[in-house]
Amino acid sequence: MSFEEFLQQLINGVSIGSIYALAALGYTMVYGIIKLINFAHGDILMVGAYVGYACIVVLHMPFLLAMVVAVAVCGLLGVAIEKVAYRPLRHAPRITVLITAIGVSFLLEYVMMALVGAESKAYPDGSFGNGQLSVAGLSINTQQLYVVAVTIIMMIALQYIIKRTKIGKAMRAVSSDADAAQLMGISVDKTISFTFLLGSALAAVAGVMMGAMYTINPLMGMQPGLKAFIAAVFGGIGSIPGAMLGGILLGLIETLVTAVGFSAYKDLAAFVILILVLLIRPCGILGKNVREKV
Amino acid sequence: MKRAVALGLAGALALTSLAGCQGGADSGDTIKIGLNYELSGDVGQYGQSCVQGIELAFEEINAAGGVLGKQIEAIKVDNTSKNDEAMNVATRLATKDNVSVILGPATSGAVKATTAIATANGVPVITCSATADDITVQNGNLNPYTYRICYNDTFQGTMMGNFATKDLGVTKAVILTDTSNDYSAGLGNAFKESFESQGGTIVAEETYSMKDTDFNPILTKLKDLEFDAIYLTGYYEAVALIIKQAREMGIDQPFLGADGYDAPKLPEIAGDALNNVFFTNHYSSGDTSPEVQAFIESFRAKYGEDPDGFNALGYDMAKFVADAITRAGSADREKINQALADTVDFEAVTGKFSMDENHNPVKATVIIEYKDGQQTFRTKLAAE
Repeated sequence: MSFEEFLQQLINGVSIGSIYALAALGYTMVYGIIKLINFAHGDILMVGAYVGYACIVVLHMPFLLAMVVAVAVCGLLGVAIEKVAYRPLRHAPRITVLITAIGVSFLLEYVMMALVGAESKAYPDGSFGNGQLSVAGLSINTQQLYVVAVTIIMMIALQYIIKRTKIGKAMRAVSSDADAAQLMGISVDKTISFTFLLGSALAAVAGVMMGAMYTINPLMGMQPGLKAFIAAVFGGIGSIPGAMLGGILLGLIETLVTAVGFSAYKDLAAFVILILVLLIRPCGILGKNVREKV
Repeated sequence: MKRAVALGLAGALALTSLAGCQGGADSGDTIKIGLNYELSGDVGQYGQSCVQGIELAFEEINAAGGVLGKQIEAIKVDNTSKNDEAMNVATRLATKDNVSVILGPATSGAVKATTAIATANGVPVITCSATADDITVQNGNLNPYTYRICYNDTFQGTMMGNFATKDLGVTKAVILTDTSNDYSAGLGNAFKESFESQGGTIVAEETYSMKDTDFNPILTKLKDLEFDAIYLTGYYEAVALIIKQAREMGIDQPFLGADGYDAPKLPEIAGDALNNVFFTNHYSSGDTSPEVQAFIESFRAKYGEDPDGFNALGYDMAKFVADAITRAGSADREKINQALADTVDFEAVTGKFSMDENHNPVKATVIIEYKDGQQTFRTKLAAE
């Protein structure tokens, strides 16, 4: 492998990883705050991709505006799902909520299939730019650059919200001890709603970008949803920097395994590495080892 | 919700197969034919296309008085592009609906999942589009109730190997196949053998997975190699994305492929400037023979669009079954099975064929080229 090819593959890996990271953030935030693996998360990404498609193809909106609309719709959808499906089960056993999440996932998939059909659709050519940029002998796909740039902006914004704002403080408080937070006058319900809003909005951003680069269909959320979940566990579920790191690393590992000639074993390699990491660090790379109080 | 229905169906199936009634397909005033197709899911378009052709043919047959004085009743069930579901559907059609013949599924993996059911229930299963070699003959044994009316992968891959070396002058090629399906790998092997036997060199063999959407890592690897063409096999969605990403990256060499390229979605996903793409197919609407043109006319009248290869194959298969039932003189499964095996010189839109001893048709292949996203007829290659 030449050095140029290696750099090229790094760019490929970071761009794939960025999408995983964006989706992984939603998993990790929701887990951090209500200890729920939200299996419907990948399907919210799918809804985002369809909303973006509708805005561009039917309403002829520019790409960025379509993304904003998708973010708004998915944010509200996330809040609504939490209110209707998860909130009534707040004190039920965790497995009940988990099954409900799987149910919501199927509901979103098949309602979408009933509405728009099972066939794949493609965003119009060039809606997300598809030029090539030549930098120092490398040709970089501008879509890949946009993906990485958007992801970085989103992550900075997210860090700001969580570390510097009142609602972010509330999120951290609820995450570490919901009962104590409530005693301090924090509205736990509102904080959880906000967490779903934020996570779903990030999924929508990932969904619109994926839709524009690849194709969309009602089951498109399953694969990235699964990968994002793995990325979140890899990085340490509940940890926000962990989700980012996990996503990027998963993308890089997959790409580099393909690059050295084992494309058939790409997923295998990624999972073997995941298992090894979890054997050495059961809480993921950046996860905290918190003992459950008995 | 779909899951719940499927689950209920599976439960009902378990009960009916216990009750196990067989062969009474002759009763009633219609002839029942089961359609086991991929109407939704990953390869939904193939199934839908076949069914369009089948339904057009049945409509024509029924309007002309049916078969043996009876109307044909099609029982259409969606197998959701899943092999296990295809098996459930075949069992249901064979035992509960008690059909005379099952048409479908469309893809090789799904047909393989149903061959055991065909043999166990003695019901003929015909596919118009599954091309894997081992559908009709497995480990040297003939599956006695399984037929196809399209050529197999070895033939298809071999023909593309011939075309690449003789017509396009390709000497160095890359093979890119899908790890997740037999169809793609089978084609790759056949192409390799044919291409190398004619002096060509395979520069690299890579694999991809249909579930992926980002193929840049593989394409980056191929980009700097020296080659004249890429033999890329698989289903339309992944193929379209790979070609799109390759062209964006500046890989300009021709893409060669097989009948999986025949879907209107392919140019739609790959973008307008789809050029320099060649594939083997069963039929071309550019064929000027009167049978083909008559079929195109009636297809347009019903659906308002031009038929693709799967439409034509579905149509041929339905006509073929009706012909076999007429020759058998009965809706009995055994008699139909014998008639199917004995077929000689059946006149079809996709070319005249006879069944060989392995239940494969002997017929010609067509090479189609995508020019600016439009399919154009390139050449026709006869069976050797």
